[in-house]
Amino acid sequence: MTDPDEELRVSKIRSGTVIDHIAAGQALNVLAILDIDGSGGEEVSVGMNVPSDRLGRKDVLKVEGRELSQAEVDVLSLIAPAATINIVREFDVVEKARVERPTVVRGILSCPNANCISTAGEPVESRFEVLEEAVRCGYCDELIREDLADHIAAD
Amino acid sequence: MRHDHLISARQLSRADVEAVLDRAAEFDAGERVDRTGDLLGLCFFEPSTRTKMSFDTAMKRLGGDTVDMGPVDSSSVKKGESLADTVRVVEGYADAIVLRHPSEGAATLASEFVDVPVINAGDGAGQHPTQTLLDLYTIRENAGLDDITVGIMGDLKYGRTVHSLAEALTEFDAGQHFISPESLRLPRNVRYDLHESGADVREHTGLETVLPELDVLYVTRIQRERFADENEYRQVAGEYRIDAGTLEAARDDLTVMHPLPRVDEIAADVDETDHAHYFDQAHNGVPVRMALLDRMLDRGDRR
Ligand SMILES: Nc1ncnc2c1ncn2[C@@H]1O[C@H](COP(=O)(O)OP(=O)(O)O)[C@@H](O)[C@H]1O
Ligand SMILES: [Zn+2]
Repeated sequence: MTDPDEELRVSKIRSGTVIDHIAAGQALNVLAILDIDGSGGEEVSVGMNVPSDRLGRKDVLKVEGRELSQAEVDVLSLIAPAATINIVREFDVVEKARVERPTVVRGILSCPNANCISTAGEPVESRFEVLEEAVRCGYCDELIREDLADHIAAD
Repeated sequence: MRHDHLISARQLSRADVEAVLDRAAEFDAGERVDRTGDLLGLCFFEPSTRTKMSFDTAMKRLGGDTVDMGPVDSSSVKKGESLADTVRVVEGYADAIVLRHPSEGAATLASEFVDVPVINAGDGAGQHPTQTLLDLYTIRENAGLDDITVGIMGDLKYGRTVHSLAEALTEFDAGQHFISPESLRLPRNVRYDLHESGADVREHTGLETVLPELDVLYVTRIQRERFADENEYRQVAGEYRIDAGTLEAARDDLTVMHPLPRVDEIAADVDETDHAHYFDQAHNGVPVRMALLDRMLDRGDRR
């Protein structure tokens, strides 16, 4: 096991969410999913490439005062399938859940097809069907196989 | 059909296709129905002659009538109205909506906002499933739909009629050959669907090797806009053109089809041969769309 004290050295939050076991290198993409870029004033700690028994190296995110929406968890599960989501209240983890691969993800991702109706200012959220090795736009059928994180919509 | 809308050829089972084609044959043979009072909304956000006229004719031959949004530049769309709003307004006027739109996914989006049946009459480089039904009708009349070998040639990347036809053919016992320049091969998502349906996708850059095996050759136009420069276009497009001489290597009963309009990809001398079926194909649009509309409006009535 990773020494818990070693990890806690980064920071401890009173209430919020710790996203653990993020595939190494994906922390910034997870922040993009959560639409956190620091400008909102949230207190965020990022651990990158920290040792992990399960993953060798992993990233960890701790976000004060913020819980995740289902849409965020869904997209998160695609880029960090091993992630664990820990809800912290009064410094203690009160809930712990592994992410599950959803059958469909809504919002957050944006279709890479510039001619897709979902990117044309219509009153709809993006929608992607989750396939084994790709996601597929529910409007234009475009497939995204690699670099899913490149398609996280910037608000 | 599993849905109230016709968006993609993927949703058509063999039984759906056969039911529509059988009914189309009845209309072709003079069957009449009376749909007085039924109104079809024509929403064409892109210029179209054949498809629009063919829907208009089909609806009127069923005894119903059509209402037309008119050209885009004189409508509220020009003022920036969303597609979602436009179709919600038209829904109040019409019992079903036919939609042609330049963006992929437009028909899916429209179907999410209205309760009347939506028929996709072409969404960008996406799908054109009613064209597929008339293509299948034409194939069935000439070559049958069992144990056939079909070659599809030209712009396979942007050709929505190609995407719909290829996906629909996976429901039948049809071998498919795809012939195009490398830069215009089938898009990844269509290849994915064909693989998922267990189709054996064979892609070629030239017609010669496969031509003798074909029962059907479906030719599409390669457009100038797809190429950076005129020279490249001329050179590439020239390789995917057929004339009566080309077809000497084909079987005598080869059926040549084209969704039209053609420019020069099928030389005029082919028109005189027994291979030419593209004008019959265009005429088949009316009975096939009659059959489809009759069926979809019935569903609407039950609501
Ligand atoms: N955006 C497009 N990209 C590629 N081919 C197109 C496009 N629009 C039309 N075509 C081609 O034009 C032909 C007829 O198109 P269609 O959509 O049926 O128009 P219409 O119904 O007005 O005749 C087909 O060969 C089709 O592939
Ligand atoms: Zn899309």
